[in-house]
Amino acid sequence: MNELLTSPLFGITLTLLVYRLAEILYRRTRFILFNPVAVAIVSIILVLKVFAIPYQDYNNGGRMILFLLGPSVVALAVPLYQRRQEILSRKIPIFVGIVAGALASIISAAGIAWLLGGSHEVVLSLVPKSVTTPIAIGITEKIGGIVPLTAALVVLTGCLGAICGPEFCRLIGLRSNAAIGLAVGTASHGIGTARLLGENRFAGAIAGLAIGLNGLATALLVPLLWLLFGW
Amino acid sequence: MLQGMVLLLLFQFVGEGLSSMLRLPIPGNVIGMALLLVALAFGWVKLEWLEEAAELLLSYMAMFFVPAGVGVMLYFGLIGREWLPIVAGTVVSTFVVMAVTGWCEKLLDKQEESQP
Repeated sequence: MNELLTSPLFGITLTLLVYRLAEILYRRTRFILFNPVAVAIVSIILVLKVFAIPYQDYNNGGRMILFLLGPSVVALAVPLYQRRQEILSRKIPIFVGIVAGALASIISAAGIAWLLGGSHEVVLSLVPKSVTTPIAIGITEKIGGIVPLTAALVVLTGCLGAICGPEFCRLIGLRSNAAIGLAVGTASHGIGTARLLGENRFAGAIAGLAIGLNGLATALLVPLLWLLFGW
Repeated sequence: MLQGMVLLLLFQFVGEGLSSMLRLPIPGNVIGMALLLVALAFGWVKLEWLEEAAELLLSYMAMFFVPAGVGVMLYFGLIGREWLPIVAGTVVSTFVVMAVTGWCEKLLDKQEESQP
């Protein structure tokens, strides 16, 4: 039995099964809080806790699924290429939107945590929370945040954007797919993008572009802000 | 299908290689995406060669994040100790970014949009 739980078969089967069920739940109900990624994460944590299965056992299979994220990010070049004309014709709005968003993310995340009495390491860990996981980890290492905390907050941010990003955007008066895609992609990277891809290809393509560009902008802005303000 | 997977992995491989050799602050898969975009734009790679594999991966992209999210369970203790600054900072800032980015785009983009 133990061998079965530590084999990759367990983590892979559990993830696919729970995600499939979460997807059915979302399709049946269309209730935004039932975002399949968020529901699957919470359900798998519950299963592991209830049966006292160590995360490491689950992750033997989990990391194989996570591996597929790499080629998926490369595959984002396909919708970008298909929509290249519409994207190139919006160079300036896209560039300004992403740089402003990256600045707003760094300042508001760190500022709010600092005002509420967060410790120095925690405040620094929040700085790259809107950036895709591999870039966020690199940034947090450099500035002295807590790497696992940053990784967790990146996923939390992503789920938040996937759960209610497009709804929030419409609420504040954004109508075009370009604006919604850019806002959700900049704020909540790949997880937000994944939801958009299922709903609107163009919004998904722009969000995919925002993942890379926001990562780049944040990676460049953080050392710059550091020099200017010397936290 | 297989051909497309091979191409995507090759681009990721080259991207990861460049990222680590040149010590770039950008992860290899994002560099791989940029290189593939360049290759498509110059016609070195044809869209048909990898469209099928790319569509398959993109349609399941959300699921690939699940194991990373489950990893949160290892840090419940840390998050519990300073939950207010952590949760408030993350949540409020996510909405701030969407508003700032979305409004900038809306303000500067005067085009009519062709539907999906």
